[in-house]
Amino acid sequence: MNRMKAVLAAAIVAGALSAQAATFRFADQGDAISMDPYALNESLQLTLMANVYEPLVGRGKQLELIPILATSWKQTAPTVWRFNLRKDVKFHDGTPFTADDVIFSYERAKSDGSDMKTYVGPIKEIKKIDELTVDIITSEPFPILPDTINVWFMMSKAWCEKNNAMAPVDVRKGKENAATLKANGTGPFMIKSREPGVRTVFVANPGYWTKVESNVTEAVFTPIGNAATRVAALISGDIDMMEPAPLQDLERLSANPGLKVLQGPELRTIFLGMDQSRDELLYSNVKGKNPFKDRRVRQAIYQAIDENAIAHTVMRGAATPSGVMIAPGIRGFPKDLNTRLPFDPAAAKKLLAEAGYPNGFEVGMNCPNDRYVNDAAICQAVAAMLAKIDVKVNLMVETKVTYFPKILSRDTSFYLLGWTPASYDAHNQIFAILMSPGPSGRGQFNLGSYVNKRIDELGPQIASELEQQKREAMIHELYKIHADDIGHIPLHQQALAWAMKKNIDLVQLPDNFDFLKWVVVR
Amino acid sequence: MTTAALPGRLARWWDGDLAYAFRHSPVAVVSGLVLFICLAAALLAPWIAPHNPFDLATLNLSDALTPPRGLPGSKPGYLLGTDDQGRDVLSAIMFGARISLLVGVAAVALAVGIGVSLGLVAGYAGGRLDAVIMRAADVQLSFPAILIALLIDGIARAVLPREAHGEVALLVLVIAIGVSNWPQYARTVRGSTLVEKNKEYVQAARVIGVTPGAIVFRHLLPNVLGPVLVLATINIATAIVLEATLSFLGVGVPPTRPSLGTLIRVGNDFLFSGEWWITIFPGAALVILVLAINLLGDWLRDALNPRLQ
Repeated sequence: MNRMKAVLAAAIVAGALSAQAATFRFADQGDAISMDPYALNESLQLTLMANVYEPLVGRGKQLELIPILATSWKQTAPTVWRFNLRKDVKFHDGTPFTADDVIFSYERAKSDGSDMKTYVGPIKEIKKIDELTVDIITSEPFPILPDTINVWFMMSKAWCEKNNAMAPVDVRKGKENAATLKANGTGPFMIKSREPGVRTVFVANPGYWTKVESNVTEAVFTPIGNAATRVAALISGDIDMMEPAPLQDLERLSANPGLKVLQGPELRTIFLGMDQSRDELLYSNVKGKNPFKDRRVRQAIYQAIDENAIAHTVMRGAATPSGVMIAPGIRGFPKDLNTRLPFDPAAAKKLLAEAGYPNGFEVGMNCPNDRYVNDAAICQAVAAMLAKIDVKVNLMVETKVTYFPKILSRDTSFYLLGWTPASYDAHNQIFAILMSPGPSGRGQFNLGSYVNKRIDELGPQIASELEQQKREAMIHELYKIHADDIGHIPLHQQALAWAMKKNIDLVQLPDNFDFLKWVVVR
Repeated sequence: MTTAALPGRLARWWDGDLAYAFRHSPVAVVSGLVLFICLAAALLAPWIAPHNPFDLATLNLSDALTPPRGLPGSKPGYLLGTDDQGRDVLSAIMFGARISLLVGVAAVALAVGIGVSLGLVAGYAGGRLDAVIMRAADVQLSFPAILIALLIDGIARAVLPREAHGEVALLVLVIAIGVSNWPQYARTVRGSTLVEKNKEYVQAARVIGVTPGAIVFRHLLPNVLGPVLVLATINIATAIVLEATLSFLGVGVPPTRPSLGTLIRVGNDFLFSGEWWITIFPGAALVILVLAINLLGDWLRDALNPRLQ
């Protein structure tokens, strides 16, 4: 009897698993600019290519490291990582994947037209040990190497040679080569057709090296720029899934019986930065001194902002107020520091008076209006809140195309920015935002030039510390110093919002990746 | 002019052809009245609006997205509801209309001024001057207005000191929109001038020795203005929308001082989600305003056209 039950259960499970082959149609607000996996370091580009190309080490459903084209890896010396490669993996054109392809992919990723140089930057060279083993040698001890290479995808040396696509080309400058429109990876999906800006069709790879959960045999990707059109396309049934779903439409979408909305925290933290280096702010009525150099002023600004109201009203609840510059889920996240200074306009007013600004002051603020979720609305809300402590904000809001060149040249006094540590590790942010501006990209996005000597000392130590506990302690110390200094003002982590038909099961990763291999159409 | 002469002049104007035509055209009276109300509401906004939406210190996020009176969830004091920042929509419309009207009217006046002068000169002078002016117009027509506006803004930013940017933002907008629109007027006026300049009255004026300047501005100008007036009234609406686009791109007024166009553009995002009042009311205000201006312009063209009387 029991046996019969088991057989029956197995039959049911098998029936459920071998669900009908299905077509999955999905839309995003933009398109990949190229099918070349090294063309652009941007999340939509990478999430699409991740279905076709694969890294050595990938990320699982909890963002944990999982073996993909490497089956195992270990550090054999402080600067040496040994990777054992997976056997019997074939590229879509049938050529086998070997150590030569890894070395080729390294050379290609660091070549001139590549946008992925930062990922292979710490690597000094790659040595072939045998056909399926490589040693990756870094210039400095680099304990988190496996964490940082999940979007460095492996390409076929033979295919690139045959198609004359040895180096990536800059599509933004109108250049093209074979890899721009065609793709030859090891991934679970292959490119069937590609019409840039119109649609890209993926088909399941019959020769994939493992079995995938997905029952999708064909996936059609369509970029739809206008949010309202995207919503309409989903409601009318033209597409099965879309992202991002506009916050103001979430209620209506979830109320639709045929649809569901999947929301989750994103790893990106939105924060405000202040110019703390110039002796006089570029955009302010305070002459001869810089109010933001005074910690009391920074604290006053911080405490005058009612982040809960922003999260509740401007973000419609789709944001998690944050006391730290990084999100939970990033390695090194200092949980106990994640409390914001209390919202207290009276205290803020008092701090301003103590700092010598009893009547407040004027300051110009820069803000994008098409980069982060409701970015311009956040800035307006901040301006209104600061007006209540007599800090008059002259808001300069503009499109990201003009915004970023402006603030990256530090032509700003007060600005809004968002940051996702690309390596899922705090060090990425420490190096780019918290350390003082310096050579080779250090403090490149520390646009207010916040400087603390101890942070500059800790940064390199964190980069090369091998012992996890010691490393975490240093990261904690660093974020504590930054919070005490109020080097920046963290606001919140925005939420991801995807909308899809009820019969779609998929996995929403906090880094905004959507793998077709986890999509099941019921 | 003495003070006593003023009522006399007014009275004479009231008895004149134009005023007579106005009084006897219901469309003109109604649209004139509507326009007057709109202008009064805009000009007197600081005194009669229930709130000052430009005063950030009075905004409260907890009042955001309040529906208009009569709907569930509405709050007293917000007749037409509030937008996503807690601004009273009615007040925002009144204050926003000030910016939109100022930019719209001033920009169109600038475009008309440049376009009509150049068109008259080109049409009357003909020859090489005509060719140069018209080719310049062609070249400019081949660029989208936004591109020209961005160019002018870029130049203004490079030339002016940082502190001055905020103050001249409106002026830059006016010049940007005005300059990008002049070719339409120049082409229209040139065409009419080519027709008019061979008519008897012009030839007569030339024969009795009237200077070319006087011919162009005293004889030709009144006769080519008809189509220009119609074009101008339509263009005020286009200018108001273009202002909103430019403000989005960061050229014009900041979002903390929303114009009518900006209110509509921002409100569009909320149309699907049920917060219709954020965009519908400013939109309706713009439609009414533009319709009134258009109808008045139509009427004025007819009233000034001797052939239609």
